[in-house]
Amino acid sequence: MLTWKSHGKLERNSLLLVIGIIFVVSIGGLVEIAPLFWIESTVEKVDGMRPYTPLEQAGRDIYVREGCHTCHSQMIRPLRDEVERYGHYSLAAESMYDHPFQWGSKRTGPDLARVGGKYSDAWQKEHLTDPRGMVPESVMPPYAFLNERELSFKDIEDRMRALRRVGVPYTDAQIANARTDIAAQADEFSSDSVNLKRRYGTKVVNRDFDGDPDVITEMDALIAYLQMLGTLVDLKTYQAAAPGNER
Amino acid sequence: MPRPDKKTSDQEQAPSTGHEWDGIVELDNPLPRWWLWVFYASIVFAIGYWVVMPAWPGISGYTKGVRNHSDRVNVAKALQDLDQVRGARLVQLRDKTLEEIEADPALQSYALTVGQSVFGDNCATCHGQGGVGGKGYANLRDDVWLWGGSLGDIHHTISVGVRAGGTETRNSRMPAFGRDEMLSEAQRADLTEYVVALSGRAADPAAVARAAPPFAQHCASCHGAQGKGDMTKGAPDLTDREWLNGSRREDIAMQLFTGRGGVMPAWRDRFRPEVVKALAVYVHANAGG
Repeated sequence: MLTWKSHGKLERNSLLLVIGIIFVVSIGGLVEIAPLFWIESTVEKVDGMRPYTPLEQAGRDIYVREGCHTCHSQMIRPLRDEVERYGHYSLAAESMYDHPFQWGSKRTGPDLARVGGKYSDAWQKEHLTDPRGMVPESVMPPYAFLNERELSFKDIEDRMRALRRVGVPYTDAQIANARTDIAAQADEFSSDSVNLKRRYGTKVVNRDFDGDPDVITEMDALIAYLQMLGTLVDLKTYQAAAPGNER
Repeated sequence: MPRPDKKTSDQEQAPSTGHEWDGIVELDNPLPRWWLWVFYASIVFAIGYWVVMPAWPGISGYTKGVRNHSDRVNVAKALQDLDQVRGARLVQLRDKTLEEIEADPALQSYALTVGQSVFGDNCATCHGQGGVGGKGYANLRDDVWLWGGSLGDIHHTISVGVRAGGTETRNSRMPAFGRDEMLSEAQRADLTEYVVALSGRAADPAAVARAAPPFAQHCASCHGAQGKGDMTKGAPDLTDREWLNGSRREDIAMQLFTGRGGVMPAWRDRFRPEVVKALAVYVHANAGG
């Protein structure tokens, strides 16, 4: 082969080598970057998907911080056994506001893509506090400290602005009211919950997730996030057999 | 560049690149032959794969490949096939009443198998393996029920859940007599003794006597004048010795303080009607009554 024989020429001529490197790297770049310009076309048209509320987003940040994704995936693959066990396979639309997404690649624990509403808040709290108290054979580490730690959300507006910059459609009102929305969602009897629901939809649940009404803890945020997972998209109106959705 | 001699892979005889530092010479060995062939084979395979499977993105869509492969179509088909395999039994589960399912031994045994599998993955996390329950989570193996133990009651509870939100769910809420300051600490202490006495255990008689009026006023409307409970309200029988949230005085006092009520999801949102029926038959068959 010609190029094989002449690699010595390429390696001895620095200008030629630079041009060669640029050529090869740009092929790799093209393959990785170009599809991102058409990413919109890969996201299914669905009803119900919305940006996460500030409390859910704060919970998501805790989920990422604690590395939950190292043991739990959030990706129900289109395989018979997974759909039978976990429910409808995950849609691209369901992680369109995730930056970064939490699909994961390892299941030491079960998939969490549709864990929302599967257990009660009390169960989630008890299980996170002492996993083996609820599931004797579990190997999950306890996260009891989340009960003690008050949720820090002094930079929540900045976090939302950062997300908006990468494509999450937070409105100015949603960012401006982030702190009241957090307080409203963590309190079942909050009078601000009307505004929260106006901003994020009527399906948003506001209640005291960790059973401690006096303080908004990291446990509140994490449970709020978990209870939302997989519940946003209305799968009853989703057209699985529509041409664009078969892939 | 001279082509390296194919017959000699011995380093000593490979041509030098002409680079030499302190007596260390860089030789121009060819790549291992096996590696090179695997590399070429991969390229050929990739080209074949582009033809057969979905591969290249375009401006409006992507190349579908001659197999027109789609994971989502495949899984829909696989699920249909699964229904075919389950076939007649599944149809029977759907069409027959719960009582008919239980009366037909073959169908009942099928329902129990389905129920056991679904129970293990979804219910046992709270109700314990086999449904033995735990503090705050009802024991499903005994004959004591909060919302009724008939087949229909169990089926309804599984379907709509308990305090699961929505209008149809089984709903009741014990007041938080302590947290919401409805009863004084002394009154709650007396009521704790009263509940201990109801369950047939030794209690302070003076406290029990003092607690009778508040019990009649605050508790009897749900738990009944005799404390026998009311399954239409999910109010437990206080006279049996079965306790959802613990039997000790501290547990009873805590319940009076917080009025804790557990939440069970509405499983009809997650399972098909056939599966909810199978679960009801399973739970009914494994319970003591």
